[in-house]
Amino acid sequence: MFSANKPFSMHLDPNAFLPATEEDKQYISRMRPSSTFFKDGCKRLLKNKVATISLILILLITLSSIVLPMVWPYSYDAMLGVRPGKPVDASYNNLAPFTWGKTELKRMEEGEKLFPHIFGTDAHGRDYFIRVVYGTRISLAVGFFASIIVLIIGMTIGAIAGYCGGRVDIIIMRIVDMIYSLPDMLVIILLSVVLGKTLNVENTIFEKIGANIISMFIVFGLLYWVSMARLIRGQILSLREQEYVLSAQATGAKGSWIIRKHLLPNCISVIIISTALQIPNAIFTESFLSFLGLGVNAPMPSLGSLASDALNGITSYTYRLVIPAIVICLIVLSLNLFGDGLRDAFDPKLNA
Amino acid sequence: MSSKMFFYVLKRILLAVLTIWIVITVTFFVMHAVPGGPFVGEKAISKEAQAALEAKYGLDKPLLEQYVTYLRDIVTRFDFGPSLKQRGRMVIDIIADGMKTSAKLGLIAAGLAAVIGIVLGATAAIRRNTFLDKVIMVITTAFVSMPSFIMGSFLLIVFSVSLKWLPANGAAQGGLVLPVITLSLYPMSYITRLTRSSMLDVLGQDYIRTAKAKGVSRWSIIFGHALKNSLIPVITYFGPMLAFIVTGSMVVEQIFAVPGIGRQFVQSITNRDYTMIMGTTIFLASLIVIMNLVSDLLYKVVDPRIEFD
Repeated sequence: MFSANKPFSMHLDPNAFLPATEEDKQYISRMRPSSTFFKDGCKRLLKNKVATISLILILLITLSSIVLPMVWPYSYDAMLGVRPGKPVDASYNNLAPFTWGKTELKRMEEGEKLFPHIFGTDAHGRDYFIRVVYGTRISLAVGFFASIIVLIIGMTIGAIAGYCGGRVDIIIMRIVDMIYSLPDMLVIILLSVVLGKTLNVENTIFEKIGANIISMFIVFGLLYWVSMARLIRGQILSLREQEYVLSAQATGAKGSWIIRKHLLPNCISVIIISTALQIPNAIFTESFLSFLGLGVNAPMPSLGSLASDALNGITSYTYRLVIPAIVICLIVLSLNLFGDGLRDAFDPKLNA
Repeated sequence: MSSKMFFYVLKRILLAVLTIWIVITVTFFVMHAVPGGPFVGEKAISKEAQAALEAKYGLDKPLLEQYVTYLRDIVTRFDFGPSLKQRGRMVIDIIADGMKTSAKLGLIAAGLAAVIGIVLGATAAIRRNTFLDKVIMVITTAFVSMPSFIMGSFLLIVFSVSLKWLPANGAAQGGLVLPVITLSLYPMSYITRLTRSSMLDVLGQDYIRTAKAKGVSRWSIIFGHALKNSLIPVITYFGPMLAFIVTGSMVVEQIFAVPGIGRQFVQSITNRDYTMIMGTTIFLASLIVIMNLVSDLLYKVVDPRIEFD
């Protein structure tokens, strides 16, 4: 307004009163493309370097645990020293990294090219690298599916309790309180001991992964849904009072419709975040149980059981413990950091 | 004590008793649902021997009667029955024996975790966004992501196998040092993070600004105003911390061969000592429930802003 070179002068600058040119108009009325909540969140997430690196790590680990077993020349349960009709070749047991067994050396002398045992072999002559990859696959799968189970049960019950309120809410929340105060690890151990023996999974598709893992899923489903249910109930309780719910009710929408179409989509960020943070939790529990011998059935490896097996030869084969340990830490750490990033990106309110 | 508070305390105690009763009941019936019972699969024993064994341990009576006897024995004299595998020993004696070592281990670990965690957390909050704060946060994040059996194994490799500074056997002289460190690192990191975030919250409050404006000295603000108030959320962690230490001690005692209750429990799982599994589960669960109750009540007492509902 006032001329710039005379700041205290009351003379008006006539240039300020000229009509705006087309250029000026465009400069002022610059429109941004509209953005959704999800896009905004993704943008914020990708700006967070730690979370992005964690995401890339998780994807890399997951992909390699899926793809590598398909192309790897060794299998996780083949004892390389055992040949049908011949005595067990002990030279395959406990191979150091990048060394070969006797018959393999002979074949190499004949000019054959063999794939190296990158991490050597274990006490039964099984290629250790592929066992670690398989263990990673099992641990990730357990973590993922356990969180899905927890999500489905917790979301359903939490939404019902929050929406219905009244007596239903009180009864459900009492049950939740009760389960919440149970010492979860002890109950998990107890149920794993019993279910692992009671469940009969022979001749079913579950035979390979074993009764222990199935019982672990059951236990997760029974116990861990409570915190998810609490969280979602709290969200729904506050959303229920919104006007759009009232208007949906007034137009005759059913309760299940309102929950599915109006309430749950509005707490989707809370749901995603807590599911993401549930995965490392489940992996933790799985590795703990496997370490105690209550996890996967042999010969199927998991990261916890690999570490526990390695403890016997800790002085001579330290790397066999270090490798699965590092993989567990990497997975859990990156999942935790990614979950934190998700929370920061999608729910600024939660981040106290 | 107001009547509201009295009813709250009463409600919580009743809930805790109910929880312990549920644990006992679930444990009992779940263990008795195992097909075959405890004596199957050991060696081929004759019908008579089996019947004699079952009569000796009271397994021939109807299930409900067994349950009532079991419950009564626990409530009246803390009696969990005899161990099935350690002949001639009562479960409660084995638990008491193991607890001597485990309690020492757990209490030292918990104390260490609380003291170091609070100090580190407060330091990080006061020096927020400095190099020191970042180092503390990176280290604690790493420790929180590390299962205790991995932590224990690494400490074992470094300090016993490579450096040979400390014994790998928990029963030896100084053998409890590594188990204590292993057990305390996770809760310590957790408490550090908890203290830091709650301290940051408190430091942003108006009354801290008022105290500063009045000219209260820096240390008096930190100790008198900030630290005291930021410790309230930390109290709630004491219950879960005990639960962590109980389950963690199973792994740690296994790794370092500490003759404690966690090791006994794991052994009873591997050799299917049913009464021992039941007894230890009930005992440890009750311990955790009671600790949770105490830490919850303490939380309400310490923070007058919280309402009793």
